[in-house]
Amino acid sequence: MLNYIIRRLLWMIPTLFGITLLVFVSIRLAPGDPATVMMGVGSGGEMSEGSDFASRIAAFKRENGLDRNVFVQYLGFIGPFNIKPDGHELFGGSGKDPWSGLLALDLGTELQRSNVPILEELGRRLKVTLLLSFISILITYALSIPLGIFSATRQGTVLDGAVTVVLFLLFSIPTFWAGLMLILAFGQSGLGWLPVLGLESKDAANLSGLEALWDRGLHLIMPVMVYTYGSFAYLSRQMRVGMMDVIRQDYIRTARAKGLSERVVIFKHALRNSLIPVVTLFASVLPILIGGSVVVEYVFDIPGMGRYAYEGLVQRDYNIIMATTTFSAFATLIGILLSDITYALVDPRISYE
Amino acid sequence: MNTPAAGTPLIEVSGLKKYFPVKRGVLARHVADVKAVDGVSFVIQPQETLSLVGESGCGKTTCGRTLLRLLEPTAGSVRYSPEKGPALDLFSLPRAEMRRVRRDLQIIFQDPYSSLNPRMTVGNIVGEALLVHKICTKHDVADTVADLLVRVGLHADSRNRFPHEFSGGQRQRVGIARALALGPRLVVCDEAVSALDVSIQAQVLNLLKDLQEEFKLGYLFIAHDLSVVRYLSDRIAVMYLGRIVEIGTTAEIFENPQHPYTQALLSAVPHADPGAKSCRVPLSGDVPSPMNPPAGCHFAPRCPVSEARCTQSYPEHRSASETHRVACHLFD
Repeated sequence: MLNYIIRRLLWMIPTLFGITLLVFVSIRLAPGDPATVMMGVGSGGEMSEGSDFASRIAAFKRENGLDRNVFVQYLGFIGPFNIKPDGHELFGGSGKDPWSGLLALDLGTELQRSNVPILEELGRRLKVTLLLSFISILITYALSIPLGIFSATRQGTVLDGAVTVVLFLLFSIPTFWAGLMLILAFGQSGLGWLPVLGLESKDAANLSGLEALWDRGLHLIMPVMVYTYGSFAYLSRQMRVGMMDVIRQDYIRTARAKGLSERVVIFKHALRNSLIPVVTLFASVLPILIGGSVVVEYVFDIPGMGRYAYEGLVQRDYNIIMATTTFSAFATLIGILLSDITYALVDPRISYE
Repeated sequence: MNTPAAGTPLIEVSGLKKYFPVKRGVLARHVADVKAVDGVSFVIQPQETLSLVGESGCGKTTCGRTLLRLLEPTAGSVRYSPEKGPALDLFSLPRAEMRRVRRDLQIIFQDPYSSLNPRMTVGNIVGEALLVHKICTKHDVADTVADLLVRVGLHADSRNRFPHEFSGGQRQRVGIARALALGPRLVVCDEAVSALDVSIQAQVLNLLKDLQEEFKLGYLFIAHDLSVVRYLSDRIAVMYLGRIVEIGTTAEIFENPQHPYTQALLSAVPHADPGAKSCRVPLSGDVPSPMNPPAGCHFAPRCPVSEARCTQSYPEHRSASETHRVACHLFD
C-alpha cells in the first residue's frame, strides 16, 4: 500500500507539470495582459497618449519578467531561479534575490499590489473558504445519508416521490439566483433578519468572544445554505440509489433469513455497503472544498479562494491565476488519490498490493 | 434415503399464493398480477427431502422464499411444528416471533457470489446469527464457527478471510455452514448447486446428504436438474406456471409419471448411454405468461394430448396412489 501511494505521488509530478504549462501558456495567449489592465487601457483611453505610457508598460513588464520568452517565464514560475532583473545571474539578473518559483515555495507577489506575497494571501483566503465549505460538507453528509436511507427504504411510496420532487427542484436551482433570493428575503430589503455581506460586521473587532461567534454565525447562515443545497440534493440521490442497489442484493436476503431485525439488516448490512460510493465521493469533493465557490463568495462578498481566482482573472494577474490553478490542480490530484485509497480501505475486495 | 416417518409433518403448506402486482403509468395503477405461485400445497415430514422441480419462471424460487416469509405471501398458510410446543402458523406470527422461528427454518441461496456480504469476514457471516439468537456468547462463537467450517469441509482459518477469497464451491460451503449454524430443522435449498460445476456439485450434494443425517434436517430442494433431484429426493413435486401438477415419491415420478408435462420433462433428460433409443416428448411453444395464464389447464396449449375439456376447467388433483397425486383431466 505504501509503495502504491509513493508511486502515485511520483506520477503526480509530470501531471502537475503538464497542467501548469498548459495554463501558463494559454493565459498568456488570451487577450489582455496585466500591464494594460493596470494602466486602464480600454477603459476610456485617458492615459493612452504619448511614449510615457508605452515606456511605463515596458518598465512594468521588465520589472516582472513579462518581457522574456514564454518558456523562460515558465522556468521562472517553476523555479528555483528568479528570472526578474534582480534575480539569478544565470538569467542576467543582479543576483540580489536569486531564488523564487514553485520549487523555492515562492509564488511571487500580486502584480498590482507588489507588497502582497501570494502565498500569504492564499493562506488567508483558504481559511475563509475552508470554514465555509467544512460546515457545508458536514451538513450535507449529516442530512443526505439519513434522507437517502429514508427514501430508499420507502421506495415507490408517496413520501419517496415527494422527496424526489423536492430534491430535483433544489438540484435545478442556480446558486446565484438562490443567493439573490435569500438576500432579498432575509437581508435589509426584506425581513432584515440576516446580514448580507462578508463574514463579520464592521465593528466585529469591538465584540466580545461570544458576541463575535454569534455575529460570525449569523453571517454564515445564508452562504452555507447556498453552498449546501445543491450538493445535498445530489448526495441524497446518490445515497438513495446506492442503498436501493444494496437492498436488492442476495446477501440482504441472507441477513433477513438469519432472523436479524430490520434495523440490523438496514444499518449493519445494507448501510455499510451503500456507503462505499458516498464515502469515496467525499474525496472528489476535496477540490471543491478548497477551491471554494466563485458564485457564493461573489454574491455574499466573502474573501475566499473562489473570489481570489475570479479577481485574478479579471485583473489578468498571471501570478494569482497560476497560484490558484496550481493549488486546485494539486487538490484534485490528491483528491483522486485519496478516493482510490478510501476504496481500498472500505472495500476488502480491493487491494493495491 | 430416509423413509418419511408418518405423524406430524414438519411443515404443512396449503393454498400458498404469491402475486406480484404489475403497475403501469404515472399514477402506478394496478393493472394486473403476476401469479408467480398460485395455490400450492404440500407437506414435508421431518428429515424428508421434497424436491420442487420445473422450468425457469414456474415459481419454484418464489414458493421457497414465500414460505419462509422472505416475501410477504398473498394468501395461504404455512403450519410449522416445532420440536416442542404447538404448531405455528408462520404467516400470522408477529415479526419478532417470526425472527425467533427463523432459527429452525433456514435457506441456502443459489448464487454463492452475491449471497454473502462482501464486507464481512466468513467468521462474522457464519457467527452473526449465533450471537443474535443468543446461541453462543462472544467467547465461544469463534470455536463454534470453526467447528462448523470444518464440518462443511473448509479450513478453520477461513473465518478470518473475506468471501471474495474463496471459489464458488467454497463459498457455497460457507453458505451451508451459515444456514446450519442455528441448528435448523428445515433448510430450503434454492438451486443450491446450480451455480457450481459438476464435480463440485457432486461434493456439495454429498455434503448436504451427510448433513441431513447428522443434523436430522428436512430439505425443500428447489432445482431444475432432474438427475440431481433423483439422487437426493424422497419425494418430488413438479411445478408448472405457479401450480403443482404432479407430486409423488421419487420412484413414482421417475418410473410412472402421469402428467404429460412430467413425462415431457423426464424425456428431456439426456441418457448416459448414447445408443439408447430416445423417445422424447417434444413440447411446442413457450411457457405462457403467468400474468395471463390460459383458461383451463395451464399446460393445455402445449400439451401433446390435450382435449376439449382441458381448455375449459383447471383439473383437480386426483390420486394415483396414496402418495401420488396428479392434476390432469386425462388421468382416471
